[in-house]
Amino acid sequence: MELLAQAASGADQIAFGEAISAGFAYGLAAIGPGIGIGYLVGQSVQAMARQPEAAGMVRTTMFLGIAFTEALALIGFVVFILLKFA
Amino acid sequence: MIFGLEFPPIEKLVEWPSFFGGDAWYGLNKIGLSALIAMVLTIAIYLAAGSKYKKRLVPTGIQTVAESGIEFIDSGIIDQTIGPEGRSWNPFLLSLFFFVLITNLFEVVPGWQMPGNARMAFPALLAILVWFIFLVTGIRYQGAGYFKNALFPPGVPWPLYFLVTPIEFVSTFLVRPFSLAVRLFANMLAGHILLVTFVVLSEALWIKQWYAVFLPLPFIMLVLLTGFEIMVSFLQAYIFTILAGVYIGSSMHAEH
Repeated sequence: MELLAQAASGADQIAFGEAISAGFAYGLAAIGPGIGIGYLVGQSVQAMARQPEAAGMVRTTMFLGIAFTEALALIGFVVFILLKFA
Repeated sequence: MIFGLEFPPIEKLVEWPSFFGGDAWYGLNKIGLSALIAMVLTIAIYLAAGSKYKKRLVPTGIQTVAESGIEFIDSGIIDQTIGPEGRSWNPFLLSLFFFVLITNLFEVVPGWQMPGNARMAFPALLAILVWFIFLVTGIRYQGAGYFKNALFPPGVPWPLYFLVTPIEFVSTFLVRPFSLAVRLFANMLAGHILLVTFVVLSEALWIKQWYAVFLPLPFIMLVLLTGFEIMVSFLQAYIFTILAGVYIGSSMHAEH
């Protein structure tokens, strides 16, 4: 109990909050894009398998879609860096 | 600090001392030098390839690299995003691609191991350049109608403009350069930190203790991730260039 009382004081508490929120910031930001990219690539593979002659066009569009979806997770990563180190 | 493992602070990972000049404006560190090398290398490749072009039409050696680069930009990026009439954008997109690619690849060069794009300055400058160029292109091709087309997309019922116009303004003129820069920056920084993590783990296990038997695990991961990061370097250079192409293409053709 004494240890807990010590840990919950002042600067430690701020560091604790920062560490927790930094972890959650990245973890939560990765959920949506993870599902999104999985769905996107899955559908693209299906499209390429059904119509192999359109593979080039599908691939370009797929990378574009990944780039836009991934940006959300990367902003989460930047927030993590800012919370952790800045 | 976990189990005697000390992860270096972020300043140690991304800040490099200058070779000379200190903090003065002419001071040059690893990151600045990588930009200079990227520039000189690209120019050298294309000058070397260009000087031999008249002598032999069948490409060999350096000429193959140069021609496949041009071919890739033409068919892989410009035809897909701007259309065949945008072939005159090739020099800009080609230099953009090679600059981003070479500065990225310094991430895995032994003894160097610092991607230039893991500092915000390079991606931000390149994104501002692309932003400026697609604005100027839009005004050149469509005049003042460019802003009208971008902010008031035709075919929308007029009460919706209260909602659509602010969204279009933010997404076209503010979020585009921001996300372009952050995408490249965060990818390279994340890759760099990932490699550092496994280097720190491998180094910590390089000792005369029984638990040194676990050394192969992080080391194999490190080797595999180095290969992965080479792929990421190419992919990010490709994505940066293709998005620049998409933005320029959307400025050249009005949306219907």
